[in-house]
Amino acid sequence: MIPYQFMITVRLGIKSLKLHKLRSVLTMLGIIFGVCSVIAMLAIGEGASYEAQEAIKRLGSNNILIRSLKPAEQTRQQSSGPGRGSQLKYGLTYDDAGRLLGTIPGVARVLPMRLIRENVRFQRNEIPCQVVGTLPFYTEVAGAAVVRGRFLAYYDEEHMENVCVITTGLARRLFPYQDPLKHAVKIDAFYYQVVGIVQERSQPEQRSQAGKMEGQPLDNNVYIPLNTSRTRFGEVLIRRSAGSFEAEEVQLHQVTVQMRDLPAVETADPQIKTMLNRFHDQNDYEIIVPLQLLRQAEQTKRIFNIVLGSIAAISLLVGGIGIMNIMLATVTERTREIGIRRALGAKKADITMQFLVETVVLAVGGGLIGVSVGIITPVLVSHLTTMKTIVTLWSVLLAFGISGAVGIIFGLYPAKAAANLDPIEALRHE
Amino acid sequence: MTPAALSQSGQTASAVAGPAGQSIIRIEALEKTYVLGEENIVRALDGVDLTINAGSFIAIMGPSGSGKSTMLNILGCLDRPTAGQYFLGGEDVSRMSDDALSEVRGRRIGFIFQSYNLIAQLTVLENIQVPLFYRGQDLKASHDRCVELAQLVGLGDRLTHRPTQLSGGQQQRVAIARSLVNDPLMILADEPTGNLDSKTGAEVLDIITRLNQAGKTIVLVTHDDKVAERAHRVVRMKDGRIDQDIVRQQQSPAAPVN
Repeated sequence: MIPYQFMITVRLGIKSLKLHKLRSVLTMLGIIFGVCSVIAMLAIGEGASYEAQEAIKRLGSNNILIRSLKPAEQTRQQSSGPGRGSQLKYGLTYDDAGRLLGTIPGVARVLPMRLIRENVRFQRNEIPCQVVGTLPFYTEVAGAAVVRGRFLAYYDEEHMENVCVITTGLARRLFPYQDPLKHAVKIDAFYYQVVGIVQERSQPEQRSQAGKMEGQPLDNNVYIPLNTSRTRFGEVLIRRSAGSFEAEEVQLHQVTVQMRDLPAVETADPQIKTMLNRFHDQNDYEIIVPLQLLRQAEQTKRIFNIVLGSIAAISLLVGGIGIMNIMLATVTERTREIGIRRALGAKKADITMQFLVETVVLAVGGGLIGVSVGIITPVLVSHLTTMKTIVTLWSVLLAFGISGAVGIIFGLYPAKAAANLDPIEALRHE
Repeated sequence: MTPAALSQSGQTASAVAGPAGQSIIRIEALEKTYVLGEENIVRALDGVDLTINAGSFIAIMGPSGSGKSTMLNILGCLDRPTAGQYFLGGEDVSRMSDDALSEVRGRRIGFIFQSYNLIAQLTVLENIQVPLFYRGQDLKASHDRCVELAQLVGLGDRLTHRPTQLSGGQQQRVAIARSLVNDPLMILADEPTGNLDSKTGAEVLDIITRLNQAGKTIVLVTHDDKVAERAHRVVRMKDGRIDQDIVRQQQSPAAPVN
């Protein structure tokens, strides 16, 4: 009997709301926007943090990255030598790499890298690439997978072979029709035989020379033996610009330190800093600990969710106030009806229920529409932009639950006000 | 008119309240005072005694300010007296809680108002069903009975109409059907013809008269002498007291119809 009566009350509520379609829709809009923003914002936040976490995970949580940094302008003045051009010496050295392996406890491997921007040519194709001089165990440290052929070998290293391994994306662009493994590419003045194709887990180098890298495809890496890189390109890199040139002497652009386990990552960070500072009088390197970044990203995500959640909650609150406002007006408008119902046997609770149900129908109806719009919006956002969005079930349930709660909370007062009307007064109401 | 349509199980109203002639309303020393200010106390009812027998047709009359409206509100269980007792069908309703009074209104009293008081968003049939809904009855089960009542007041072909699509007379007839749906002890009519022209007013009064002939107890509140002529007993109120109580004629089934 009770559910049956409730059903009729719901039907009655819908009927009453339909009497003022425009008003009901406008009232619902507040909730629709609120629910939609909860879901969409959480989806965008979730997507952003997922991407950040993935990017960090790709760096390898067991790894510590040390990158050479060009020192700040002022410190550079002091160290610049005589002459029209200036030669700048900074960054990590081979000695640093050796010391890292020798003095820091818990280090499994130290992977040095030289990163040089150079055009890579094959026949008429010329693509600006990052030429990475590195050691054979790069694949294990950086988590790259060999798709075809092989990676660099110690033989190549020892003999300074002119061989290279290219990334899948570069292979596609550079060799649209040919088999890369049967050809050599030209970098600067030399030819390098392609011996393998790798699938990158990440592009840890993409931040190394931020600014200059912008707009470049990320997947254009060429790996050559470290020794080859050293001899073919030299330690001094010259960058020419109008009327002057700038020369930089950088031995290693990046050193990836792979630690044995996660606890070692935590303790190694300050030790590395102390050790390197002894040999670097200028601040020409940075240490990136993916594990810490990951923790920070999680922390950021939490704050992000709280901020987004509060914004959305405020919009739901505003929507709720809108509903309450309309319901109070509705109660006044329908005072006569309330009087009639009371005369015909409705108890206070019946009247409360009637108006509460009406408010909840309004809120939940808005909630349902808001959920659908809120699910579509992130899909559109990821479709139109490169932003990744993830609609989580809990955000949908949360938004929907809140809309129902808003209906009850903001409907209770108008419903109580309706029920507490004096039936005699209400019947007399014009 | 089928008497069966008037009561749910074929019983007549008198069966509920005992044999015809037994009192269904007994009011003793009823008082109602409104305190409007410290010095301003209005005695709307000042010691009213009244007994109404089952099956009677009584008109309550009086000028404005006579306590007529207050009497109506208390009789209709919409208000509680300040002092005194009110027995409705043997039950003292003068001290009942709000919820209990709602229940009494829904089960024992049928209201007919001057301005019809139908619910605008409901159809004719749904309006008739409202009291049943608040009794928690299955509306499907009582559907046939509601249709029968609509037919009784001549609106069998307008079940799905809205009140706004009906004339005043038709709306009042819906209200009459609604007042009957719970098989009440008493039908309380407040100026039922006040908003109607004399012809439709007479038609509505005819229906009410026929209900009385079928055994229903009617309490009619009016200030119109012509309307009051229909009643068997006229109670005139003045200054919160009963001024006159005239039994015009014995209840007789031979009362002229039309």
